[in-house]
Amino acid sequence: MPGKLKAKILAGRHLPVMDRASDLTDAFVEVKFGNTTFKTDVFPKSLNPQWNSEWFKFEVDDEDLQDEPLQITVLDHDTYSANDAIGKVYIDIDPLLSTEAATVISGWFPIYDTIHGIRGEISVLVKVELFSDSNRFRQSSCGVKFFSVFCNTRDALHLSCPAPSIPRCYRLAAVHGFVEELVVNEDPEHQWIDRIRTPRASNEARQRLISLMSGELQRKIGLKVLEMGGNAVVGYLQCFDLEGESGLVVRAIGTACTLEKPGSLPPSAPSASPSMETKEPSYPVTVPSPGPSAPLKYQPFSSSSPKSCRHQSSCSDTDLSFVPKIGIGSSGSSGKEGCSFKMPQKQVTPSALEQREFPFFTFTRFPPGFLLHVGGVVSARSVKLLDRIYNPDEPETRDAWWEEIRQEIKSHAKALGCHAVVGYSESTSICDEVCILSAAGTAAVLDPTLMQEGCLDDGGEHSCVFCHVPYDDFNSPFPAHLAQCCTCGRHKVPDVLFTTIELPREAKVSGKGCLIQARLCRLKKKAQGEASATAVSNLLPFMEYELHTQLMNKLKLRAMNALFGLRVQISLGENMVVGLASATGVYLNALPSPGGVQIAGKTPGDTAQEQHISNMQRKINDTIAGNKELYEINPLEVAEDVSGSPIPEPQRRPRLFRSVSESSTEVPELDLAYGRKDAFVLEIDDTDALEDMHSLLTDAPAPSGFYSCNTEVMPGIYSWTSAVQMFTSVRMFRLGNANLTNQGVNKAFNDLCEDLLKSLYFKVRSMVPCCLCHLNFSVAVPEEELVQVTVTAAAMTFDKDAALTTTLPAAQIGMFVYFLSLKVFTWFQPLSPALSVFPASSVDYGSFADRCSTLVELIKVKAQTMRRGSIKTSRGVFRHTRSNAVTVVKMTPLSFIPNTRIIKYLGIINMFFIRETSSLREEGGVSGFLHGFITEVFAMVRAHVAALGGNAVLSYQMKECVFMENPNKNQAQCLINVSGDAFLVYVRFECTHTHWPVRVSTGAVKYHCQDHCAQRVSRLH
Amino acid sequence: MEIMSVELDVFVGNTTIMDEEVYQFWLDGYTVSDAVKVRMEGGVLEECEASAEVLQSDTMDQYRTFQMCERLLHTPAKLANQLLFQIPPHRQAMLIERYYAFDSAFVREVLGKKLSKGTKKDLDDVSLKTGITLKSCRRQFDNFKRVFKVVEELKGPLVENIQTHFLLSDKLARDYAAIVFFANNRFETGKRKLQYLSFQDFAFCAGQLISNWTVGAVDNMVEDMDVDLDKEFLQDLKDLKILITDKDLLDQHKSLVCTALRGKTKVYSEMEANFKNLSRGLINIAAKLTNTKDVRDLFIDLVEKFIEPCRSDRWTAADMKLFLIHYTNSAHILDTFKHQVTWDRYMGVIKSCILKMYHD
Repeated sequence: MPGKLKAKILAGRHLPVMDRASDLTDAFVEVKFGNTTFKTDVFPKSLNPQWNSEWFKFEVDDEDLQDEPLQITVLDHDTYSANDAIGKVYIDIDPLLSTEAATVISGWFPIYDTIHGIRGEISVLVKVELFSDSNRFRQSSCGVKFFSVFCNTRDALHLSCPAPSIPRCYRLAAVHGFVEELVVNEDPEHQWIDRIRTPRASNEARQRLISLMSGELQRKIGLKVLEMGGNAVVGYLQCFDLEGESGLVVRAIGTACTLEKPGSLPPSAPSASPSMETKEPSYPVTVPSPGPSAPLKYQPFSSSSPKSCRHQSSCSDTDLSFVPKIGIGSSGSSGKEGCSFKMPQKQVTPSALEQREFPFFTFTRFPPGFLLHVGGVVSARSVKLLDRIYNPDEPETRDAWWEEIRQEIKSHAKALGCHAVVGYSESTSICDEVCILSAAGTAAVLDPTLMQEGCLDDGGEHSCVFCHVPYDDFNSPFPAHLAQCCTCGRHKVPDVLFTTIELPREAKVSGKGCLIQARLCRLKKKAQGEASATAVSNLLPFMEYELHTQLMNKLKLRAMNALFGLRVQISLGENMVVGLASATGVYLNALPSPGGVQIAGKTPGDTAQEQHISNMQRKINDTIAGNKELYEINPLEVAEDVSGSPIPEPQRRPRLFRSVSESSTEVPELDLAYGRKDAFVLEIDDTDALEDMHSLLTDAPAPSGFYSCNTEVMPGIYSWTSAVQMFTSVRMFRLGNANLTNQGVNKAFNDLCEDLLKSLYFKVRSMVPCCLCHLNFSVAVPEEELVQVTVTAAAMTFDKDAALTTTLPAAQIGMFVYFLSLKVFTWFQPLSPALSVFPASSVDYGSFADRCSTLVELIKVKAQTMRRGSIKTSRGVFRHTRSNAVTVVKMTPLSFIPNTRIIKYLGIINMFFIRETSSLREEGGVSGFLHGFITEVFAMVRAHVAALGGNAVLSYQMKECVFMENPNKNQAQCLINVSGDAFLVYVRFECTHTHWPVRVSTGAVKYHCQDHCAQRVSRLH
Repeated sequence: MEIMSVELDVFVGNTTIMDEEVYQFWLDGYTVSDAVKVRMEGGVLEECEASAEVLQSDTMDQYRTFQMCERLLHTPAKLANQLLFQIPPHRQAMLIERYYAFDSAFVREVLGKKLSKGTKKDLDDVSLKTGITLKSCRRQFDNFKRVFKVVEELKGPLVENIQTHFLLSDKLARDYAAIVFFANNRFETGKRKLQYLSFQDFAFCAGQLISNWTVGAVDNMVEDMDVDLDKEFLQDLKDLKILITDKDLLDQHKSLVCTALRGKTKVYSEMEANFKNLSRGLINIAAKLTNTKDVRDLFIDLVEKFIEPCRSDRWTAADMKLFLIHYTNSAHILDTFKHQVTWDRYMGVIKSCILKMYHD
């Protein structure tokens, strides 16, 4: 009996009226886990029941703990008829299974019903007691931590705080490699029983199934991680494919890692405790088992260790993997913590990497020096015909499909002279029985020699290294246009660089970056099965090519030479295919300055056309010059001999490796070569090209004061305030059915994206100067002639005046005044007697108080480490948290919040909701319905995070937003899947007199901060 | 034909974004397109380089948000501990305060009327007359009714009850107390002769009545203490009649007042000539207050019996003040007049009400 789950139901509030006669409700609660159900007493005639139940105890296997959610159902007791369900709460127990994440789940949860939405709230307390387990053949993987996106707090904190000595939440000790898994099942919505059950029952069955499947998936991935000797999955990316009749697939990829607490750094000298190295790994309860893969390690030990040497021979004994014990050796390093942080050494040669099945890394940020060379983007797509999944236990077909694609990616990377793929991701697009599988990443060389000690202060010396091509110019795998590196002048660099990763920290850029999007909509004949698949696969290469050309043109027009965070999405609809490529353009100092764009007519001699062309040319030149100014691009003048002598190459071609295969038949690669010219040449030969040209020039720049990017942060902006406003915006447009042309739909789609961006800027105008970060567009074609665009991003305010100062002198760091976060993060209402109408239970307070006291201790520790620091913990904080106030939870798609410190990781949030209505008009039409639903989803995520003891969701993503409507029947349905990492953080107030007023910002929106600032400043004077 | 039409357009922020200007349009009952028009004229477009479509989309979106919030605003205490919207407290306070704010033109129309369905049906007339949209009229009316219903059955001071249940500012809570008080006692405020009085005049009078004439003025832990007038006190007021029925007392009173005022006012002779009529007016009002009907007519009576005669004699506000002070104080010197406490309680309120009401 490896675990005991305990749950207590305290109270409810704001319940709906279930009895019309009395305007009240007789509520009781069912608590279910697995097959066991408990019930509370009925609390008669109240909308704010106080159950204060006993502890309901479930004795369960930890396997079930990982898979199953705790299911809480609130019902209205009815003496004469069946009890009416008010709604449900599903609680994922997983965060309680890790020793380091949350210890208790306690708080108010919205009661959710798939038909009515949120109907009141319920206060719940959940605990887990785990018994130690030594069974090496166990099926569970408790304790493995999952991070949606690699929370490289080192990088993150660099951006928000220049002090290198801030302790980080976790430190990356070893990277073990790529993990993947998928599980399949029948979709309850498409089972025969669905015809006879209510929509509510069907939705709940679906929600529960997906919850179970993702729990199972996470557990299986966790097992793989333990096998590899890791303790965490970083860059965990879970998706599900609604294959309709063929079933439901939940799949995930991630990178297995070993993380350690920075406080538990092992001693840096091997002589300090030689015995330690022979110890069995003990954290977490790792089961040593032979595995096929050798971990790629950054071991903070010198290479003299005999065990480490064996790694170099790429022997596959994973039991050698050394996972440092928590707490051991902390004395040796705590004194120098931060400043003595050592770049771990890597003990594995690239060859070991190559021996891995898939040397893929799902995260996009890396420790400095980790990336040696970046080859370019590699992508692969494959069109498949879906077939019913006959046996859910044998998901082999899907596995084989992905395997095939990954092999392809791997071979592309190899062709680029790279042994690894970083920033790797996978996606699908399904329409009826046709499915496009896509995978993309950035081919890279990860060189261990740079990971040596002393390379931490890389300075400018290595800032260009990652740009150097990984192949030599004469044996290059394809015709390439190479130049001498503009920074060091010693190595070759490409003329443009496309990648799927974040801009490396060490990279030197000129000016600011900007969002660059290529948008494309192509009509396709309606067809069934095989014919449809063929049509799609014929279309794909052209689309990729066009998207790429658009990206290239737009990049040149902005006078930039590199793209980061490139994401190409191809969405399939019944009669059209939509392509959207987003990336953040920058000017990399190491790469040659981009030449201008030249237009050439096809028919020389035609004076009218020549006139037109010269007009166009002038416009283009003006645009380029304007953009240089707008993005502040003025690279340092480089020596003539470096920049002026591109390697003569007969041809140039884009650095995008692609292939499209249809049912495993390779389509011959297109010849994408242009004629060799110094400047980038656009040929105008028909109206199409004119149209393209036009749209190119009409891409409106962001309004003044605004920037945007799809990477985590904007290159060139460093002084972020903590004001973050995360938002989701959804737009759907219907194309008129009057003679649809490629050009028409293309323009419509382009306008939609542009208008959407304009709307977003307008919405957050109060935050100027502001940057929309991590702008994540996703496109879907839910129905014929319908295109849906979903955007999630974080608007972040920065300090304009400080934009140029990237680092503060270290001496100022001691001047920071620390305030306890809970004050900042709890918007408390002035205590009024009315609040006592809903008294919260005392247990809730208690757990909150516990959390607070740990916080205080943390702050105290912090105080001791800061010699010159002045600490203020306001007493008032605790009084307010004891009030019934709602914890403010910040959400951001980024892996950090500027000017905050991460105190604790609390677990991954992965939630799936369905909402359905049969009174669409009454709920305000499709917009009203979806607006309400998204608001509810946000509320439920915040409530779960708050119940875990957190106040922030980092790496937040809305991974799925599937909307279906039937206006004739007045019905609509929507599925939303969100994920993120729950954290407890606190806002740091920086008290440097220049930044003071802006940095005091505490709220998510600027007007809030301004008020705060005004108060504080006035008190100061 | 338009090549594309936007079917769905939604924006949701983790912190709920609310524009105060748009909120006001919504409260004022503007349609989305009217609000967009006004916003465009306001120049927000040039400021942010946006287009009309952007404004339209933003306005729609905000209207939807406000509609979703409205349910919570009906019980403002819920706004603080609900989980659906993440709104900073000072914004919550703004939302509530503005939602419960009302137009003085509107409140003058319904002040003292029964907050019933019948009155609600007449709101379109009110809307026509005041130029306030029907939607806004309904909101304001429903607010009055909601506050009335909640505080009706509560013990304790009216203003405090309103403040705790509706989280309103002190000023607004006092105004609501006046509205509730007037609605409960059905004071007549709509007559033509009363038209010159503003809501603030009445609100002031209500405040005086609440703190001096209600049950709550003597006992602060009974139900309806601030809403119902003190019956015993109203009964006692009949005793004041002696001041006009006893001829000696009346003459004595007059001569005391005249002595005090002689040479201090330009309207002395008019005052002297009218004294008996004025005094009879005030004391008859007092004596009749046991009848509910006469309570309702309190303000019209004050105007007709006292304010109008004085106004036709061109008394200044200073004259009025001087007269009322001496009129009240002289009664203390009358040795056969035994009802000093009742007299002070009555005249204190009447004096301040008349002074407030004595203007053009």
